[in-house]
Amino acid sequence: MANLRDIRRRIKSVKNTAQITRAMQLVAAAKMKKAQDQALAGRAYAERLTQVLFDIRKNFSEESHPFLEHREGNRELVLVISTDKGLCGPLNTNLARKIRAQTSPTADIVTVGRKLRILCEKLGKNVIADFTVRDPVPFSQTRPIAKFLSQQFLDGNYDKVSIAFTSFVNTLRQEPEVVTLLPIQAHRDGEEQAFEQIGTGFSVQQHQNDPDRDFTFEPSPAEVLAAILPLYVNYEVFQAHVESRASEHSARMVAMKSATDNANKFIKELTLEYNKLRQGAITAELLEITTAMKAME
Amino acid sequence: MSLHLEIVTPEKKVFSDAVDNVYLPGADGELGVLPMHACLVTSLQPGELRYLHNGQVVTLAVGSGFAEVTQTKVTVLTDMALGEDEIDEQSAEEAIQRAQEKLQAVEHSMDAEEVAYLQGVISKSAAAISFKRKFRQ
Repeated sequence: MANLRDIRRRIKSVKNTAQITRAMQLVAAAKMKKAQDQALAGRAYAERLTQVLFDIRKNFSEESHPFLEHREGNRELVLVISTDKGLCGPLNTNLARKIRAQTSPTADIVTVGRKLRILCEKLGKNVIADFTVRDPVPFSQTRPIAKFLSQQFLDGNYDKVSIAFTSFVNTLRQEPEVVTLLPIQAHRDGEEQAFEQIGTGFSVQQHQNDPDRDFTFEPSPAEVLAAILPLYVNYEVFQAHVESRASEHSARMVAMKSATDNANKFIKELTLEYNKLRQGAITAELLEITTAMKAME
Repeated sequence: MSLHLEIVTPEKKVFSDAVDNVYLPGADGELGVLPMHACLVTSLQPGELRYLHNGQVVTLAVGSGFAEVTQTKVTVLTDMALGEDEIDEQSAEEAIQRAQEKLQAVEHSMDAEEVAYLQGVISKSAAAISFKRKFRQ
């Protein structure tokens, strides 16, 4: 009857696991709500900002601001936004695969989040900086990151800066994405989708009636650009973080939910087997007793 | 011919509807916008934004940012847009206090961006307070 005891022990341990995963699921769900709200709320602003930049793109050229300058050469810097903790499904693996596919293998890396930093180090990539961002994402903590990235670009250390992050679609779906942050691709006429928008697959709208509108700028074009472009960079970086965070919590919630479900299913199966065995044991015992009584008669 | 006004902050879309006119606190002074206004992009300074919506004048305190004006549409992107009842004078004053303290701390490091940011916080909060006081009278 050692088998019975083994099963009982299994049931107990699976129950413990289910309890833990359930607690993690609840925690993730609470955080998920907040992170999702933040991600969705920030989108409108980022989208409008992109639209404005697109609208005024013909009024300035590549020379108007250093952020717009396209350079020959392919030294690339990638900001990789991953999670600090694991147990969030295939989130980080998917992002790593995307990075491998869409960035040059010689690219240098800046990381946020422990998981992919460890991976990048293992792969022998050159990780030049690592940042930590609290949860929920405060704007004040992403600003230094944006500043660091633009400084690297302005100093001419890199010709292109991209962001690799996980875009939040809905609770069940998160898409890894790599987008170009710098140079800002606003001025390239003729390209329908000159802007890559973080998060939503949002595409800018062409105004059909008046495609060549001339904008007046107050106080002056240079001043307006000098205000808008850094703001744009700051917000893209911020939004990328917020999206990644929403994705992380959603993915973790889903992963933990399926873990809890699996554990509960397993408990059910084990209990069934346990009861069957117990019943078998009782039947066998009864049989023995009756046989003994028959023999005594 | 109507004018579509959209006010967006990083936190949310504050307002999006057709209005009759808009007054913006532009960098070069207050700016009135009616339908069919010439295309314009202006930076905004912290101050007061007014628009006429369904025959009613609505006033908001806005922070810095900028506005894009086209013939049919005004998009206001700002870091703050609050109605009178949403402003908490005390917390605004505390924000100024905090920013000023920080400003003193970073002034020596000569971090231009940080200084500009803190000054932005101060002027934004100051605008909110003066706006609130104006309404109380």
